[in-house]
Amino acid sequence: MSSTTNPPTHHTSTIGAIGAPSRRNTELALLVFAVAVPVFAYANVGLAISNHVPAGLLEYGLGLGLLAGVAHLAVRKFAPYADPLLLPLATLLNGLGLVVIWRLDQSKLLQSLRGFSPAAPRQLLYSAMGIALFAAVLIFLKDHRVLQRYTYISMFCALVLLILPLVPGLGANIYGAKIWIRIPGLGSLQPGEFAKIVLAVFFAGYLMVKRDALALASRRFMGLYLPRGRDLGPILVVWAISILILVFETDLGTSLLFFGMFVIMLYVATERTSWIVFGLLMSAAGAVGVASFEPHIQTRVQAWLNPMREYQLSRQITHDGILHSDQLQQSLWAFGSGGTLGTGWGQGHSDLIKFAANSDFVLATFGEELGLAGIMAILLIYGLIAERGLRTALAARDPFGKLLAVGLSGAFALQVFVVAGGVMGLIPLTGMTMPFLASGGSSVLANWALIAILIRISDTARRPAPTPATNPDAEMTQVVRPS
Amino acid sequence: MNKPLRRIAIFCGLLVLALLIRDNYLQYVKADQLASDKDNRRVAIERYAHPRGDIIVDGNPITGSVVSKSGDFKYKRTYKNGPMWAPVTGYSSQAFDGSQLEKIDDGILTGNDDRLFFRKTLDMITGKPQQGGNVVTTLNAAAQKAAYNGLAQRGGKGAVVALEPSTGKILALASYPSYDPSSFAGYSDSDAKAWNKLQKKNNPADPMLNRALRETYPPGSTFKVVTAAAALENGLYKSADEKTNSPLPWIMPGTTTPLKNEGNIPCENATLRVALQYSCNSVFGKIGSDLGNDKMLAEAKKFGFDSEQFTPVRSNASVFSDHMNPSQTALSSIGQYNTAATPLQMAMVASAVANDGKLMKPYMVDELQSSNLDPVAKTQPEELSRPLSPANAQILQSMMQTVVEKGTGTNAKISGVTVGGKTGTAQHGVANSANPYAWFISFAKMPDGSSPVAVAVVIEDESANRDDISGGGLAAPIAKNVMEAVINAKK
Repeated sequence: MSSTTNPPTHHTSTIGAIGAPSRRNTELALLVFAVAVPVFAYANVGLAISNHVPAGLLEYGLGLGLLAGVAHLAVRKFAPYADPLLLPLATLLNGLGLVVIWRLDQSKLLQSLRGFSPAAPRQLLYSAMGIALFAAVLIFLKDHRVLQRYTYISMFCALVLLILPLVPGLGANIYGAKIWIRIPGLGSLQPGEFAKIVLAVFFAGYLMVKRDALALASRRFMGLYLPRGRDLGPILVVWAISILILVFETDLGTSLLFFGMFVIMLYVATERTSWIVFGLLMSAAGAVGVASFEPHIQTRVQAWLNPMREYQLSRQITHDGILHSDQLQQSLWAFGSGGTLGTGWGQGHSDLIKFAANSDFVLATFGEELGLAGIMAILLIYGLIAERGLRTALAARDPFGKLLAVGLSGAFALQVFVVAGGVMGLIPLTGMTMPFLASGGSSVLANWALIAILIRISDTARRPAPTPATNPDAEMTQVVRPS
Repeated sequence: MNKPLRRIAIFCGLLVLALLIRDNYLQYVKADQLASDKDNRRVAIERYAHPRGDIIVDGNPITGSVVSKSGDFKYKRTYKNGPMWAPVTGYSSQAFDGSQLEKIDDGILTGNDDRLFFRKTLDMITGKPQQGGNVVTTLNAAAQKAAYNGLAQRGGKGAVVALEPSTGKILALASYPSYDPSSFAGYSDSDAKAWNKLQKKNNPADPMLNRALRETYPPGSTFKVVTAAAALENGLYKSADEKTNSPLPWIMPGTTTPLKNEGNIPCENATLRVALQYSCNSVFGKIGSDLGNDKMLAEAKKFGFDSEQFTPVRSNASVFSDHMNPSQTALSSIGQYNTAATPLQMAMVASAVANDGKLMKPYMVDELQSSNLDPVAKTQPEELSRPLSPANAQILQSMMQTVVEKGTGTNAKISGVTVGGKTGTAQHGVANSANPYAWFISFAKMPDGSSPVAVAVVIEDESANRDDISGGGLAAPIAKNVMEAVINAKK
């Protein structure tokens, strides 16, 4: 699969199709690391907790290796020119996530909680399904531009997905946020994770068509370009929807994510800074407006401003009808106790965060056990994934692919920021999960699909242009002979 | 579209940068503070993750550690003869934190103290499990036993403090009623029950109060030693046998009330020696009034009043007030009105007199050791102040010896040893309605002139009704036993 060069037999005067090298072998080498690191980590956890190498080490190593191998073969076959970093980075995160989830399964404190069941086997199953979905996207989505056709269907699907948790009997209110749906026999699902991708498809399709109208048909007012009402309409609708999600599902994170994603894509499509200003103003207005009457969000802000007070409230019986949580303070303690180098795998006490230790707060376990060094590495891995996604957008030749790639990678970066910022006390906590690291089926599936789409776009972007027709002069003249 | 795209890339980079900065702040800048936060359960988990070091008296540990089965704490604290030693050790409880030596020297006992860093690193390299260091106390087991058993036999409430006058070493520190720190060292329901039972709101006797250091009582007539010291130091009277200018009855200045003596005792123009022997209120009240508030306060401060002592366990500050009129000063000078003293404070008074006027800083931790018994820190005796000149101290010693030989303190006599002392009974409560406090402070002088021990005993008296008899009757025998225990241990 080396880069294509012109066959020497052709005598052409045009420039040959010199694309980027495919880099599949680089990817394979990186994948070996991405599998080896979690395997060593897994052995390390077992040694730290029970003084012997965990019994399932071989199966775990083979399993992860097999998944990575399948994914690699799928890329090699169906997206040979794809970016070589995306798959190894995602695999590494997924593998490390599995190790930490397995490690938290060993915690006696978590085992003593009501409704405990080991999360690692489930997560492994979801990872396998995620890889399957990844391969399926590569196989069936031969060209991302096909998605352009489904712009309005996507919008419809996204809205349905978002509204599902509000359907009586289907939605589940878990710890104050209504963002899950229960599927009997399958467990709970977070449709918002999938809506993220579908919505990106809609935005990309819509903006590709409307970008000129949005960018040019505007009046200048106080140094800003004000768009026309009919162009402004959709952004107001999306803004309203994200606020409605926030109000009815009390899901600050998802609404922030959608709105942020939309503003980013709008800005890229129109190249108008004014959209950013509008976006910030509207999100600020919406957030303040909702926060003024929604107690759930007020509590989150209070907890963020003063986690210690919230911790103390959670230890007493309060009569304010608000569920006080010590999680943020516990998380901060976990980070602080980890220090620069961490306590080492399996030797921390992040299980004190209780039930969310392996989902929303999974980063705190990394913080405690791998320390500042480990967290910086993980944040840089996330940064690198977003960066590869944005590079893909830069390289993409079609505006739809550009917009879709920037939307997906922007949303990915925003999600990482919102979650990590939340558990580190930088911004109020929102209840989203760390992509790939956290326990949770919908998140793993959706993020593998996201990586698959980015890989598809990058394959298209890096694929060498089709071999041009050979110089007509050099071609043999066809002689039509009378028969 | 590439220009805004690049800006978005920069924006995403800034998001990651913000996270990195925040993480550095949390895990580097604030890490120590978060990791040692008292509410951070890891601190407690770590504290009980290894067997704690021991608190040692006379070479024997009075504490221990056992493997506990509850929750995430691995080891549990045990105490030998817990109630007797509780005022020294304090407690170390998985559920209720710690107090006193257990808390103050927690770093040494857990082995996490920075001073043990080298040892800890060495153990880490050689693969030895972490071990705590030891706290070696200055206490004397025999004296402590005599003190605690004396209080327990008496029943009621009380405290004993014994000091070594030449160094300030605390030899006994007993408080009664007491508690067993073992009973709530764990994390179970029974520990919580035991703890709740000991709290003041559920137990009026307040067994967890360290009466030896934290309770201030009116010192009653024992304070006359301080007043006598002030008289001598300020040159009001030059010797023990000089007649004082003391009319009887003596009317307190600015009032029409005479300051009464208990019973019919020879107080008119009595010498200081006779006045102390019979505990004359009129004589010492007048001395206080003649000297005035400022001079009395200055002398009391030299003895340690008005300041907390750190032994290293903190003791409450004893009180001698400022801004009193002459009659209030007179009452305060006989240990009534606002005057209040901890048992430790009165032991310091006796010890300063016995040590020829030099007051040593009281302390109870002799040495901190690492787990392999290497000394980490040793306490050096330290002079706190000089309330008396040596000559005046000897005058006061001989006055206090008279008290024991033929005065109110004859119950403290020890054969072959010279004992000096002072009794006291302090009225308290509204119109003296509550039971008075029986006091006795004393010191022993060996034939070679050395003074091995000074003691203060206070008992919340159940049966007292007359001044000084109860101090001599209830408290003096306990002081005698404590002094004997120290003297016998020296032999």
